[in-house]
Amino acid sequence: MIEKSNKKIIATASLAGCFGCHMSILDIDDRLLDLIELVTFDKSPINDLKQFTQPIDIGIIEGGCCNSENIENLKYFRQNCKTLISLGECAIMGGLPAMRNGISIKECLQEAYLDGPTVQENKEGILPNDEELPLLLDKVYPCHEIVKIDYFLPGCPPRADLIWNALTAILLGKDIELPYEVLKFD
Amino acid sequence: METTLQEKKIFDTLKKYGNNKSRLIDILHELKNELAENKKAVRKILSEKLEISAAELDEVISFYHFFLFGKGKYNIYLNTSITAELKDRDKVKKAFERYCETPFNSVTQDGLIGLYDTSCIGMNDQEPAAIINGKIFTNLTPYRVKELVQGIKSNKPVEELMYENSGDGNNSHPDVNSMVYNNIRRKSIILNKDYPVYSFLKKGIKEMTPEEVINKIESSNLRGRGGAGFPTGLKWRFGCRVPSNHRVIICNADEGEPGTFKDRVLLTEYPELVFEGMAAAAYATGSDIGILYLRYEYLYLLKFLNKKLIEMQASNLLGNNIEGIKGFNFNIRIQMGAGAYVCGEESALIESLEGKRGEPRDKPPFPVEKGYLGYPTIVNNVETLATAVKILHFGPDWYSGFGTGDSLGTKLLSISGDCKLPGIYEVEWGIRLGEVLEMCGAEDVQAVQVGGPSGMLIGMKDLNNLNSIELMKWYKPSGMMVAEKFFDRKLSYSDLPTGGSIIIFNNSRDLLKEVVLNFMSFFIEESCGACSTCRNLPYIMKNKLQKILNGNGVKKDIEDLLSWGKILKASRCGLGQAAGNPILSSIFNFRYLYEKHIQSLVEFNSEFEIEKAVTAYSKFVHRKPVLYHLQ
Amino acid sequence: MEKEIKIWIDGTEITTSKNKTILEAAKENNIYIPTLCYFVNTEPKANCRICTIMINNRMLTACTTPVADGMEIQNNTEELTDLRKSIIELLFVSGNHFCPTCEKSGNCELQALAYKYKMLVPRFPYEFPHKQMIGKGSKILKDQNRCIACKRCIKTIKDKKGRRYFATKYRGYKLEIVPDEEMIKTISEETAQQAMDNCPVGSIIKKEIGFNMPIGTRKFDKTPIGK
Repeated sequence: MIEKSNKKIIATASLAGCFGCHMSILDIDDRLLDLIELVTFDKSPINDLKQFTQPIDIGIIEGGCCNSENIENLKYFRQNCKTLISLGECAIMGGLPAMRNGISIKECLQEAYLDGPTVQENKEGILPNDEELPLLLDKVYPCHEIVKIDYFLPGCPPRADLIWNALTAILLGKDIELPYEVLKFD
Repeated sequence: METTLQEKKIFDTLKKYGNNKSRLIDILHELKNELAENKKAVRKILSEKLEISAAELDEVISFYHFFLFGKGKYNIYLNTSITAELKDRDKVKKAFERYCETPFNSVTQDGLIGLYDTSCIGMNDQEPAAIINGKIFTNLTPYRVKELVQGIKSNKPVEELMYENSGDGNNSHPDVNSMVYNNIRRKSIILNKDYPVYSFLKKGIKEMTPEEVINKIESSNLRGRGGAGFPTGLKWRFGCRVPSNHRVIICNADEGEPGTFKDRVLLTEYPELVFEGMAAAAYATGSDIGILYLRYEYLYLLKFLNKKLIEMQASNLLGNNIEGIKGFNFNIRIQMGAGAYVCGEESALIESLEGKRGEPRDKPPFPVEKGYLGYPTIVNNVETLATAVKILHFGPDWYSGFGTGDSLGTKLLSISGDCKLPGIYEVEWGIRLGEVLEMCGAEDVQAVQVGGPSGMLIGMKDLNNLNSIELMKWYKPSGMMVAEKFFDRKLSYSDLPTGGSIIIFNNSRDLLKEVVLNFMSFFIEESCGACSTCRNLPYIMKNKLQKILNGNGVKKDIEDLLSWGKILKASRCGLGQAAGNPILSSIFNFRYLYEKHIQSLVEFNSEFEIEKAVTAYSKFVHRKPVLYHLQ
Repeated sequence: MEKEIKIWIDGTEITTSKNKTILEAAKENNIYIPTLCYFVNTEPKANCRICTIMINNRMLTACTTPVADGMEIQNNTEELTDLRKSIIELLFVSGNHFCPTCEKSGNCELQALAYKYKMLVPRFPYEFPHKQMIGKGSKILKDQNRCIACKRCIKTIKDKKGRRYFATKYRGYKLEIVPDEEMIKTISEETAQQAMDNCPVGSIIKKEIGFNMPIGTRKFDKTPIGK
């Protein structure tokens, strides 16, 4: 218990993303061993914890918001995390899912479920409207256009070195170093 | 047969202008009907003959409001200026939409009527006003709209729709025949008809060398009346420095700053002074080419002005060896604009005169070195030229006896908005704003926009927003606060400079919702789009203001607006640099209005509303937008 | 011999000659002033405003302003760096710059400038415009969502008669740079390649050659712009 209290608590989530950013977190390789000396993971797909178990120091968000569940999740993170990081292009600017922005939701659904060249077996014209499904938003939102975000780490995925630099800097209360090779948008 | 007739007109027009690309604006004006009827075919012939791609031709067409729109047989351009809005423009607009059965910025199904929003048409003293097929209709009411549309639907010529008396003075001249009123409320040294026209050209000029003419203008300290206030004598001097075979005098009659209409009145009542001023400038600088760039909104004055020029040519006041002065060869032609505020900027105006998009040029080189077609060019405001003639006739000392300090002489003010007597007032520079307001019968004043949207919105200072040094300025030496501080500010180049536009708002007006939003829309509409800053930022700033007005603003939003406004200062021309002024000057002088709207205790508000964001989806898939998990 | 004059850029003395622009003088002396719409050997138009410098507290563009003896120029100040960064951010939000999907990523000058100024997130809200893709029946594709209206294509891509393949359309925030519908149908391989190369972003793409350079070998992967 004593050991745990000194460690910072991290939680992560993937919203409208591809988990590539989470892969990139794992990509910091053997430095992971150093990292777990400094932090404990709470709610995260990495350990499959579904709920927060304690107040969180650093929340890491991958992906933007394309549906009502993403919004709920993001707001939940903001309420529970002292510091919130947008990780990767999708969290920062919507990324690939945001390529639908500017096209109406009607047109998107029509193309995907009714009129698209690859639609073959939807003679009844069924659209995804089950009560269990999250509701789609009119466009994909960058996270900082929903809640306040404290740090932004771009990249698709963000380079492992960028994640490492940023996390250690935040943990140690220093400025994040951004060498040329680690700051990339693709 | 039809096409051959059309082709013939195109070929004839091209021939008239010598297949000259630089006269493209004139060519497009003449072929307007043909372009509306059969755009593709006309475009093809024009681009082939002028040896440009069709896209290059569209580049020019799509820049100008009156080329891009106007697809109906009758085209109604309703002014969007703030003064129109204060005078129930909305009701007039709705009446047009109702009786024409089509929304604004569209054409009726039968192609008869096109309805278009249009930036200030220079009729702020008689709003709401509209241009219908080149004719001006002022003081519109929903009832009048009903009559107009009925007349149009029975295909009456536009002249027959104007059954009111024509306006005062030359507005009732058969060559003008307009319902516009001059509304001259106060005359002084420029507007007084104490000068026999053309006296200087006929007499005074013979006693002066060109150098002496420039010296006189210089010693009068006349400064440009368009707003920027560049010394006119110096401009004329610079205009003769670079060696050249030709020199050009341009009269800038493109007054587009919302709220300005003084040039309209000068051109209606004092055209001789303006043309004589151009000739005097030509004599002083050795110029041979004269062009009056007339904004398209004032098309109704074209015939009248052209006749004046013909008269002048007939009596050798223009032409070769004017008044027997050997080698004094100068002629003036009028070229029409086509609806673009930015063309009031001198280098954009020159681009437009050369048949191109009216995008301002980078300076240097300045027009006085390299202007129209590469020749040294002097661009002067209408009022400047008229004033120059009077100075040359009565002398610089007479002129310097009026005005104050760095601002000598008088200024024509175009006053509109919430006052009893909108119109033209000639006042001496240095006049207190309070006196101007009294003069025009303004009561219960909340704010005054001095210099149009690109100028300043001033009013009672928000004292909380001032640092101590600034605050001191608002105290009398005795330590008493000056209650009506802003009324004491003076119209002058050093305190309150203005091109003449004065718009008054009383206490019933919502400055942010009505005025500032209107001005921002104006800059967004009128940006030429060349600079990355002015093309993209005003739109973003307006959205931010809208966010604040929606009640979703936080303190940081005001700070953002202030710092974003600075980015616009990197734009090329005055329009771009001023495009944030409506917001900046209202934050500076009316910060409490912003603070009233923001949530002072909230640090962050993204304005995101999930209920709105899921509506489109829920509707399309027939699903109730129930947000269980968010409750 | 042209007359030698002296100017100062951020306090560094430079000897140069008249009739040069500030940008040219800086380049010759290995001083970097960022550019975007500037294209060598064409008339500068200063549309992007990135090369804004300051002289006597006045903002001027380095690509259009001629040098004058004794000129003191500010280039790398905090204020100007932030201005340039804000312009880059403005261009990012006013178009759709999805770098991960763009053929030009890694070779894009807008992106390279964003790297240089360490843009992590634009300060302005994203607009997500939905503009046209033009290029049916042509060797090139013009993606209007990626265009930053620098007008390099307008200045440099012409046919033998001097007619332009690209032109401006509309004005203000509606402004677009469009290809001539007829002319781009017959554009040659060579001109198409040149159009793509001259475009600083991924708005003009020659078809069928996207993503042909692996990540790590592209122009700005390891070398910052201006180095």
